Amino acid sequence: MIRLFLRDLSLSIRAGGGFGLALAFFLIIVTLVPFSIGPEPLLLAQIAPGVLWLGALLACLLSLDRLFALDFEDGTLDLLVTAPLPLEGVVAAKSLAHWVTTGLPLTLAAPVFGVLLGLEGDAAIWLVTSLALGTPALSFIGGFGAALTVGLKRGGLLLSLLVLPLYVPTLIFGAEAAARGMAGLNAATPLALLSGITLASLALLPFASAAALRANLK
Amino acid sequence: MPDLGKYAVEVLAAYGVTLVLLAGIVALSLYQARRSKRDLNRFEGHDDA
Amino acid sequence: MSLWEYANPRRFMAVSGRVLPWLGWLTGLTLAIGLIWGFFFTPDDYRQGSTVKIIYLHVPAAMIAINAWGMMLVASLVWLIRRHHVSALAARAAAPVGLTMTAIALATGAIWGQPMWGTWWVWDPRLTSFLILCLFYLGYIALWNAIEDTDTAADLTSILCLVGSVFAALSRYAVNFWNQGLHQGASLSMDAKENVSNVFYIPLLFAIAGFILLFLTLVLLRTRTEIRSRRLVALKLRERMAHA
Repeated sequence: MIRLFLRDLSLSIRAGGGFGLALAFFLIIVTLVPFSIGPEPLLLAQIAPGVLWLGALLACLLSLDRLFALDFEDGTLDLLVTAPLPLEGVVAAKSLAHWVTTGLPLTLAAPVFGVLLGLEGDAAIWLVTSLALGTPALSFIGGFGAALTVGLKRGGLLLSLLVLPLYVPTLIFGAEAAARGMAGLNAATPLALLSGITLASLALLPFASAAALRANLK
Repeated sequence: MPDLGKYAVEVLAAYGVTLVLLAGIVALSLYQARRSKRDLNRFEGHDDA
Repeated sequence: MSLWEYANPRRFMAVSGRVLPWLGWLTGLTLAIGLIWGFFFTPDDYRQGSTVKIIYLHVPAAMIAINAWGMMLVASLVWLIRRHHVSALAARAAAPVGLTMTAIALATGAIWGQPMWGTWWVWDPRLTSFLILCLFYLGYIALWNAIEDTDTAADLTSILCLVGSVFAALSRYAVNFWNQGLHQGASLSMDAKENVSNVFYIPLLFAIAGFILLFLTLVLLRTRTEIRSRRLVALKLRERMAHA
């Protein structure tokens, strides 16, 4: 399982798509927002946590369709199904690798990009905390969506349609936690609920994803 | 026709939209039912011949 | 004689074919009573004026919109556990009806909200939840249509329905947490003091019964369609195999 995780990691780094692409996409979104709503610093600072959360969510979505697709095409996935490793473990390892290549760099880069939107000091800490707690759920929920659409030719758009509604609770609690922390309010409740969603997704969704993969490969 | 007062437009619009949507799903279901029945009959008849 | 006998497609077709016309007429009758009574013969509310008549559309549609998803969840579970094809196809048949009801609930709500709240749309928990429910229906239907093999599609949509139900419930709480709303509480609960009065209540019951019957009729009809088209696909496949 660890080997599989490392393999996925090195594959996505070598392909160049992993770290770089998601971060570049994130940067573009952050750049485009002031163009679309205007450069007032106060307004930007106010919507910054929401924008960064939305950017992280979209950047995460961008790379999801490749999560299983490549292994499905060259037959690796068929081998993994018959391997002694349980399929749930395969899904978990791949989702985790996805998080390390998208969610983790986005979280670490968020304060830097936040500066562009006038987000500084304490606010950045709250943002990073909420992203660190929330983005693993995005990868695991996305893994479920990718497992559902793995056999489809043009699954990308369908994948977004399936996954985005599932992201609603994570997005709400994540952005709420960041916004409350920034405003100096008590952010413990949304943070606790956010971690709850993440932990439950980590624990339970690999089973659903594995069931979907089995149905797809039958 | 009851006197709907100043909200006549809203009430009629709500009933209009609802009836159109309901008629739409009913018509679609009936159309699909007829078509599937016809296709199946034609195929099974062709099978016997 | 057990319920599972209806899981046999042939038996289901025979029984549903006999029941369907009666159900259709009963639906038309009940719906007509509820809506005509509601539209022509109920007084205006002292605060809401004639817009109170929209309740006969809005409340039943919203109830069906939620319960249709519940029915799909049960049907999906039956498919996953007992592999009855009729069940999977019934879930598929119910989705477009549920989507239509969600659209009706949203549209009538917006039309009512414009004069009453002064806006078509607010990001109120109930309204937002319905919008999210609408997205879930769209995704579910899109997944069914995207996959060619019916059994695989049934498996995947059932799994999506289960996971989706959990997330839909989560969204409901998340949305509540996120924004307290304008929408009044349930006006039909048994213990509430501010229940709607009888003048409105009885036609509303007819309208609700009518919508429930309409849902049943449409689901039966659409399930029959699904079974037929599935049989057609199977027959064509068999013929192609025979000729090959």
